[in-house]
Amino acid sequence: MNDITGYERKNGKFGIRNHVLVLPTVSCINGVIHRISREVPEAVCLPHAYGCGRGGPRDLEILFRIFSGLVHHPNVGGAVIIGLGCEISNTKSLLPLIKEAGKPIEVFNVQEDGGSLKTAKKAAAAARRILSEVSSQPRTAFPWDKLLIAMECGGSDAMSGVTANVAMGAVSDWLVEKGATVIFGENTEMIGTAHVLARRAKNAEVAKQIAQMIERAEKLTQEVMGNLASIVISPGNMDGGMSTIAEKSMGCIFKGGTTTINQVVDYGEAPSEQGLILQDGPGYDGDSMAGLAASGSQLMFFSTGRGTPAGFPALPVIKVASNTRIYESMKDDMDINAGSLVEGHPLDGLRAEMIDLMVRVINGEKTKAEANGMDVFTLMTVHPPF
Amino acid sequence: MKDNILIIHSTDNVAVALKTLGVGEIAVAKGIEGFRALEEIPASHKIALQNISKGEEIIKYGEIVAVSTRDIKKGEWVHTYNLESKRWKK
Repeated sequence: MNDITGYERKNGKFGIRNHVLVLPTVSCINGVIHRISREVPEAVCLPHAYGCGRGGPRDLEILFRIFSGLVHHPNVGGAVIIGLGCEISNTKSLLPLIKEAGKPIEVFNVQEDGGSLKTAKKAAAAARRILSEVSSQPRTAFPWDKLLIAMECGGSDAMSGVTANVAMGAVSDWLVEKGATVIFGENTEMIGTAHVLARRAKNAEVAKQIAQMIERAEKLTQEVMGNLASIVISPGNMDGGMSTIAEKSMGCIFKGGTTTINQVVDYGEAPSEQGLILQDGPGYDGDSMAGLAASGSQLMFFSTGRGTPAGFPALPVIKVASNTRIYESMKDDMDINAGSLVEGHPLDGLRAEMIDLMVRVINGEKTKAEANGMDVFTLMTVHPPF
Repeated sequence: MKDNILIIHSTDNVAVALKTLGVGEIAVAKGIEGFRALEEIPASHKIALQNISKGEEIIKYGEIVAVSTRDIKKGEWVHTYNLESKRWKK
């Protein structure tokens, strides 16, 4: 039952989907992307709010890393890249980063290709061409060590750290045991757990990186939020039974399981190690998902207690409800009910149910967020736009 | 009887109430003998699995999440009134 299949890529990676991306390099041409989306609904279109006005080196580094990470993504079989022409993050700068992606890529620029309507027409035709080219590729079996799974939590409630994240932690440990790689981020939600995570690091260097990452997150939180920084452990959290920041954060980091932390990667960066990986990324779900996706994770588990429907384009997201009430009331959005633990369903049984669903999703079954098209694509930014 | 508390890690000295436990209600989880809740434990809050001395660490998720500020009896509610953060003191 545990055979997993996917699309082999030229770099030896395996995708569990064979999507064609339509990616604008700048938000000014989102209208063009929307037109293509209406004409070629099978293409995965990624309108966004970035690409110009933010010239700082860190913002540009993030932007290009995310764009190229998504083009390289194993779930992507080919891509249509569309630029405007005068933006900071133009196609000329992006192309060198994706020239060795080993997949069909076509590039257009609205200012050179006759304006928005003509570009949309040409790009839609290109998307159809690439779709037909990749559609003949068969699925083949691949080993578990070619799998990178992301763990995310958002819209959390008091039960997230008790049911859903505990169950996801059990899945994480199972995956690492199988040889797969597991990644999670959300550095603001690691505050108070530096001692725990650093102790689990594979060596002193990784331990130091973990400590520094969490220290930066804590400092930034205090700088930006001032006196409000203490709301990272809020009265609402305490009403929910969490007594300290360490306890709250433990509930969060438990979704990554209990194995050795082998590497810390930057936001959107692909890991070079196997096993459990930490990403130095932000707490907000949308921005966090983009970083985890650009790292090359083929699938994501996402726990939620309040109930967020958010998914990510080109990446199946399995929604794990932390309580039965939200599972029942948002049944069309939730894939797994970890609230069943409260009704006496054993953790082993829930874990088996999650692994079974994961295998089916890897092999092509759509998650709720995927079937509903609940794509969210936002990025971490550092500076405001000028 | 169905479990009404969850022990997340085998080394934990507190468990999480899966529903609100009334005073005297028997806390049940696999692998342990049932014991009485000595006070009301709100749903998703912590109940002591054993006697915890003043100054002893509170273990949840197999990790230290706090330190007790007074003796806590098995079955008592464990929260901000009888513990403190090791990191951000109250």
